[in-house]
Order: sequence, then structure tokens, then C-alpha cells
Amino acid sequence: MELLIRNAVVYDPINGIDGERMDILVRDGKIVDSINEMQAKVIDASGMIAMPGGVDIHSHIAGPKVNKGRELRPEDHLRYAERGGRVRRSGVGYSIPTTFMTGYWYARMGYTTVMEPATAPLETRHTHEELNDTPILDKACFPLVGSNWFIMEYLRRGDLEKCATYVAWLLRAVKGYAMKLVAPGSVETWGWGRGLMGIDEVIPHFEITPRDIIRGLCRANNLLNLPSPIHIHCNALGAPGNFRVTLETMRCVEDLSRGDRPSIHIVHIQFNAYAGSDWASLSSGATRLARYVNRHSHVTADLGQVIFTDTTTMTADGPWQYRLHNLSGNKWINHDVEAETGGGIVPYHYRRRNYVNAIQWTIGLEFALQVKDPWKICLTTDHPNGGPFIEYPRVMAWLLSRRARLASMRRLNKTARRRSILESLEREYSLYELAIVTRASPARILGLREKGHLGIGADADISLYRIDPSEVDPSRDFRAVRRSLRRAAYTIKEGEIVVKEGEVVGVTEGRTFWVEAEVPEGVSKEVLSDLKERFEDYYTIRLENYPIEEGYLRRPSVRRTRPEAWVV
Amino acid sequence: MEERRYPEGQGPSQEEMRRSNLEIVTGVTCPFCGCLCDDLEVVIEGGRITNVKNGCAYSLAKYLNYQRERLLKPMVREGEELVAVSLEEAVERAAQILVDSIYPVLYGWSSTSSEAQRLGIELAEEVRGAIDNTSSVCHGPTVEALQELGHPGCTLGQVRNRADLIIYWGSNPLQSHLRHMSRYTIGAVGRWRRGREDRTLIVVDVRKTYTARVADYFIQVEPNKDFELLTALRMALMYEEIEQERVAGVPVEAIEEVAEILRGCEFGALFYGLGLTMSSGKNRNIDAAISLVRDLNRWTKFVMIPMRGHFNVAGANIVFLWQTGYPFAVDFSHGYPRYNPGVTSVIDILSRRESDASLIVASDPVANFPRRAVESLLENPLIVIDPHRTATAERADVVIPSALVGIECKGTAYRMDGVPLKMKKVVDPPPGCLSDEEILHRILEEVRRLRGE
Repeated sequence: MELLIRNAVVYDPINGIDGERMDILVRDGKIVDSINEMQAKVIDASGMIAMPGGVDIHSHIAGPKVNKGRELRPEDHLRYAERGGRVRRSGVGYSIPTTFMTGYWYARMGYTTVMEPATAPLETRHTHEELNDTPILDKACFPLVGSNWFIMEYLRRGDLEKCATYVAWLLRAVKGYAMKLVAPGSVETWGWGRGLMGIDEVIPHFEITPRDIIRGLCRANNLLNLPSPIHIHCNALGAPGNFRVTLETMRCVEDLSRGDRPSIHIVHIQFNAYAGSDWASLSSGATRLARYVNRHSHVTADLGQVIFTDTTTMTADGPWQYRLHNLSGNKWINHDVEAETGGGIVPYHYRRRNYVNAIQWTIGLEFALQVKDPWKICLTTDHPNGGPFIEYPRVMAWLLSRRARLASMRRLNKTARRRSILESLEREYSLYELAIVTRASPARILGLREKGHLGIGADADISLYRIDPSEVDPSRDFRAVRRSLRRAAYTIKEGEIVVKEGEVVGVTEGRTFWVEAEVPEGVSKEVLSDLKERFEDYYTIRLENYPIEEGYLRRPSVRRTRPEAWVV
Repeated sequence: MEERRYPEGQGPSQEEMRRSNLEIVTGVTCPFCGCLCDDLEVVIEGGRITNVKNGCAYSLAKYLNYQRERLLKPMVREGEELVAVSLEEAVERAAQILVDSIYPVLYGWSSTSSEAQRLGIELAEEVRGAIDNTSSVCHGPTVEALQELGHPGCTLGQVRNRADLIIYWGSNPLQSHLRHMSRYTIGAVGRWRRGREDRTLIVVDVRKTYTARVADYFIQVEPNKDFELLTALRMALMYEEIEQERVAGVPVEAIEEVAEILRGCEFGALFYGLGLTMSSGKNRNIDAAISLVRDLNRWTKFVMIPMRGHFNVAGANIVFLWQTGYPFAVDFSHGYPRYNPGVTSVIDILSRRESDASLIVASDPVANFPRRAVESLLENPLIVIDPHRTATAERADVVIPSALVGIECKGTAYRMDGVPLKMKKVVDPPPGCLSDEEILHRILEEVRRLRGE
């Protein structure tokens, strides 16, 4: 099928196109330079802006933890329900929508690629079952590796080669795309009901520190030449004063930079940017973190912006979720996974009048506005932790418009407002910069070369919004812009029109990306023999039943990598 | 059927296997209970299963007897009799019943694969019926309590590697989940526990069960007094004075002693069964148990795991959740999922005589449901998909035989702790028998065709 999009005002940062009026040509799901215009379907995009389909680098949309969240919160599902239609399934949910709703709502906002950033390897078969049932979107999942016994044991022995080889085996076994570390080491100690705060505390029974794990896995990532850097949820998340831990985490891999590609990605940095010594003295550490990020090229981050609403927090950081349960008194699910990781779920309502919540809200925006280079950051709310992804347009409006920020600050906790520098920050993102933090930057950090841009050969994932930049000033007309961003005029996925005027009109099946990393045969055999020897001591299932066959994924798409040089 | 036994740790020789047309499939996941043991070795001779290694008595009985009492031909009712027909005819008749009905109920789902469950929900949405799984009559109260308070849990491997204290409450695994204690809890060797000698076992039950006989502490609770006992334990933990001499038939001194044991362990795990969920108090009992475990986390690490029965009942909850947002008792009559146990649960719908047709998959409600519900079920057209002859199948209007998941066809199932496992196909199904998944797929296609979509 061929498609001709006429007269769109295009924002395509990877190709340096900043608001030029031009046509976009599509054939067989790709952007091309010529088509048969007589046969092509034509979309008149006058009065619209065009961007590459949105890419979400961090959003909990599928898997055991998300599903437990659905189980925990029937009251959430009463907030929104939708009937099925000719092409659509029905669904419910606001902060933890059903899989079908997740696909439809992302597509409605013009997003076409979403990463599920935390899956316990043992339970990843479940994650893929849900990803199979998430329509339209291209997706991938990141196995949790920060408290994995095999990894910790290899690193204790200083055997980086085997550690990297094990990671390659794990990614292939569970069809994962990148490594995710959640509060490294701390989740293992939570198996005994304790946690770790800093990155230099020793993990009992394993005799290494979180710093060893972070450095080890960062080096393994470089050795394997994986497309994406390690994604890390830093230690001490949620605790006042934790911005120091974040700084230490970024510093500890400074020497492991890999050219122009980042070597570490800090996820939902807002939750790890707290200064102060307790809740009463909580203040923003965003400026100091932004200053560090501005000066270093090995690090990227996503926001984890807070939105004032009722949501469901869920992370693999079991000890933090237990603390949040005690702080809030809200109901609590815990789920520890043998030899690998853990997880917790607590519903939470962020309130404007609450001092801590208000400070959290200012921190995300302060960070986004103080990092000079938007290529280093991505827009997220750590869905659903900071707020549901359905509310992204509110965050976009805050970035695009100081007026939007001031409007939200009018009803903010007064002390928080007084202590925050947010009011003084005059920067406003341009639509071009918005396209960077929602498309180009996440695609580049993830190493998805065919995503996040509209150059020849890119996937034809395109979003069109009814915004005319010659008439609309996002800074002033932020409400109109926000409405347009909520419901795309068109969303095109691999050349198919899936959304028209905010309604889902076509449902396609997205791909699931995974990484096959090449490793030398010799060391691979040694790791396999280690697995044969110890796997069944650690796990309650057979080694042969652990790997997930590729046919299990509805539409798998493998990315092969090979080491530049196998030098440890 | 001839059984062949080999000494422990040994199988037949290569030569013997070749000569007798023998095949051994390893790493087979057992489709019996929620333990989902995945280490079975199934011996196949000439296309027939002749032995199962590593399996428990139930598992062995299932694998060696699965061919008994089978349904082999699709049938439809003509007057008083079930008459064999082609599969196409049976599928068409089933689809016609569903299309003609205003409010069908679709029930069962716990003894089939997740793949079949997915299609069942799609079918329920298509025909705007109500769909429910057997957790409605087993661990439904667990879910309702979880929705109130949460649930501190973990996978079974955490218990095996770390737990020094195990409680079975209203559960008798030595007769229900035969390998649970040896694979995951008391007898299992873990990273930091050598087995029985490193673990304390407490059993709470209304009678001295087999499991209770091997316990270090047995607490005999008066029937239907579990809530009181749990509450007293919570009070004892908080050092509150209990006025009574005995609570739920248990002396207060014993309760206080047990509270100290719970507080003093390094890693405790509470396993609870239908003795807690289905006795008086139901979800309130589970509320109290969750509160107890949550409180214990102030002093130590404590978790809880429900003892799920059918091999994929946990999967039924899980698939229902990601597709509809709710774990069981989902009603599609408005076109979107609605959930209100007691209203949208199948026994209640049947008892109020609201449904006008039903589809039963891998379950036998005629043998298990209350009389009023069964009467209502039988008043209306009834479709059954099942591998076996059941009381429900005998009374059905359309019967479609299916293949057994984990023996004759593959699929996915979820262990009681949520760990997903693949079920293998080890032998061929009887000729003409398809998997539940394939049958449901055909019915769904036929329903759409009849509705002109």
C-alpha cells in the first residue's frame, strides 16, 4: 500500500527538519523517496504537524507486576471503560488499562513504540503473552538483572567474560532487549526483609556492592555491544537526599563511556533527585543533577514526571514499595522472584496541596528545563508510577508553555511553591524539542535505527496532529495544543492508518524486538555448564523449561549484535 | 495397560528403547494441580504412555488413565438422545445456540491452556455473555481480600531457598498437592536451608490431617472460627491482652507461644487452602490472614501463597485480568467488562435464572454446583467442550470432545505463585479431537459468520 501525506509541517529532529512544510511518501510500511502518486492514498495534512510516531522508553504496560496491579485495583477500572467495536476489543482501566486499551490509547496519542522496562526473567513468558495481546504498538521488554544470583556470583569472582556471556544467554532465553537494573543488590536483600540505601554497602551472602554490579553490567553491556545502554533505577529511590546516590551512580561509570553512545540511562530520574534529610526538609536536587548531565556525555535520563492524579505505583524495588505502603497506609502487594528480583505495588494519589507531592512535581519539570541538550532526556511519567501515560499531553503542555506551568502552580502547596525555582525558569520547549524528547531521543538511546525519524528507509510510523504552527502559539494556546496532542488527527503505523481523528480505525499487530548478542563459543560452553550445574539448585523449574521459544512471540523481530572486540 | 518400572535414577538402555519403540520425554509439566511440577519424564511405548517418572500418585494416575471415560465423537441432542455428528455440524450448532441467546454464561476454564482462555473471553465479548472461572468457587475470596488489602507474596523458589517457618492453614498438601512439601517447602533443599531439619512446620486445621501429623505444631481450630484465631494471633503479636481463656478452641497461652514463633523466624511462609477461603467468613478470613502477614513484616520477612487447585486456575485469573481488568465473574452484557461477584458470578446468574444458554469448558458444574443453579443450567441449551465424559456432558445439547492440555496438546499454564510454564504435547490426541483452543477458534469464526461480520 502506498500513502502520500501532503503539506504537513514536519518536525523530524534526527534529520534536522524543524517545521518545514513538505510531503511524506510511504510504501510497504517504510518511508520512501518516490511512489506512484496515481495509486497512492492521499492524506491532506494542511493545518497539521507531522512527527515520527512517539517512542516511549519506559512504561510499565505488560507482565506479572502490571497484571497484579490490575487485580489490586478494580476501583481504577471503574474510572474508564470502553465498548468494543468493529475492529476493537473492549477494555477498562485508567492507571493500569487492559492490554487492548493500552495499545489503543497510545495510538490515539500518536505513539507507536513502547518499552516495557522491567520483567522478571522467570516470568517473562507472561510478559510476552500480554505483549502479544497489546495491539498496534511495536514493543520490547527489559529483563531485570540487578539482583540476579548468577550475575552477582560471576562479578564476585571478577569473571566479566562469563557475566557478559550469561547476559547474552538470558536475553536470548527470555527474548529481552536491554538490561534493567532496579536498586541493584537491594532487591536481593529484600528477600530477607531488608534493603540497601547507598551503592557501597555490601550485599549479604554475595559479598559485593551495588557499585560492583553497576560497573560490571555496564562493562558487560559494552562488551556485548548491545544497542541500548544499561537502564538503571538507582538505589535509595524515593528517599530524601537520594540525589547523592544518583550522582554516585552516574560517576561510577564515567570511565566506561562508549564514544558518542551513552553508557548508562537513569530511569525516572525525578524519583531519585531528592535533596534534604527528611520529608519536612525535602527539596529539589534537580539542579545539581542537571548540572552533572550537562557536563557529561555518557549519561541519559528519562523524567518520571509526577502528575496530580490517582495512580498505581509498581516497581521491582520491593523495599521501596514496602516503605511507601507504610508511609501511605495504602494496600500493598509484594512479589519476590527466586534468584532474580522482586516487586511491589501500592496505589497512590499525588495531591497538589501535599508538600512532598508538590516538590516531586516541580523536580521533574526543573530537571527537564535545566538540561540544555534535549537529546539527553526522554519524556516519561514512569507509567503508572508518576501518573498514567494517558496524561502525557499535560506534561507536554508544561514543557511547551510557562503559562501552563503557572496555571498548574496556582493551586500548588504554598511552601513547595516558595521553595522551588520552577517559577523562575522561563525556558519553553519548541515543538522541535518536544519531538526530540518524545521521539528522536528515546529511539536513539534505544538504538532503534528505524524509529524516531522520517528519513528514507525509516519505519512509516507517523503521527499527525491538528496544530497549525503559523497560527497557534503553543506557549499561549497550550490548552488547544494539549487537546490536539491527546488525540492525533492521524496515527500511521507501518504505513497503515490506525487512528483517524482520535478514533481507532484500524488494528494491526506490532512487533516485539529482542536482541541476540554474539559471544565466543568457548566461554558460552562454560556458562552453559555452570547453568546445568547450578540452575536447578536456584530455581524451582527445569533449565530446559526456562527459555522462551521465538515462536511464542506473535511477531518477533530480532536484532543481532556482535562484539567490536572481545577484550576484557 | 502394562507398566514398566526401572530402578531409581535409571531408565531403559538405548538398545531397549530402540527395540521396544520406546521414547522418553523429559521436562514435562504435569497438568494436575497448581504445583505444576515440570520435571516429569514420560515414557511412551508405541504411541502410548506406559510410565511417568518423578510424578506423584495423582500425576501417575492421570497419565496412565487419561484414556478412560473419553468423549470421542462430537454429539448433538436429538430429542432424548445424543447423536454423533461431524465436528462442523457440532460447531455450527454451538455457534447457533450462542448467537440465538441473549445472555449466555461461559464457565470453566481452569483446566485448559491460557491460549484457550484468551479465546473464551473473546467469544464472551462477541456474544455479550458472562464469563466466569472456577476460582469463583475456590479462591474467589482470596481475590476479594487482595482487592481490599493487597497480598505479600513471592515465588515458591524464595520459600525453598529461604524459609525456616512454614504454615499450612486449612490445607492438607499431603493429600491434595502431593509434592508441594518435598519440592518447595518443608523437605526441599534450598540455598540457605538443608531441608526438614532447618524448618519449622505449623499446621492449622479443623482435624488432625496427614499433614498435621508431621507438623512441629498442630493447632486444631474449631470449625468456622479461623477469623477469631487469626485476630487473636494479631493481638498476641501486638502484646495485647486477650480476655478469654481460649479462642477458637485454642488456649491463649498456645496462641501467644505461636505468635512468638512467628515473630522470631527469619523467613516465614503461610500457605492457605479452601479450609480458610470457603469456611464461614470467607474473604474476611483472608483479610485477617493478609493483615497478620502484613503485620509480621514489621519484625521479619513473611509471605503468603494460596494453594491453587486446578493446574491452570491461576492462569484463568491472570488471562481474565489482562483482557478484562477483572479476575473472574466478568459480564459483557453492556459490551464492556463489568465485575461484581455475587451478581456477575455464574452461580448467582444461574440461581436467578437470568441466563438462557451456557458453554462449559473443561469443568463439570452439574456435579458440583448447588441444585438451583444446576436446574437453571439444564433448562437452557447447554454446550460442553471436554475431553472426558462428565455429568454435565451427559446432559448437554452439544458435546465437543477435546484434547488434554499437557498430554495431547501444548499450551501455557500458570503455577499457583504465578510462574508461567509451557505444557508439552507428549502423545497424539484421539482421531478427530482438537484442542480447546482450536475448537473455540472455530466456534468464534462461526459466530462471526452467522452474525454477518
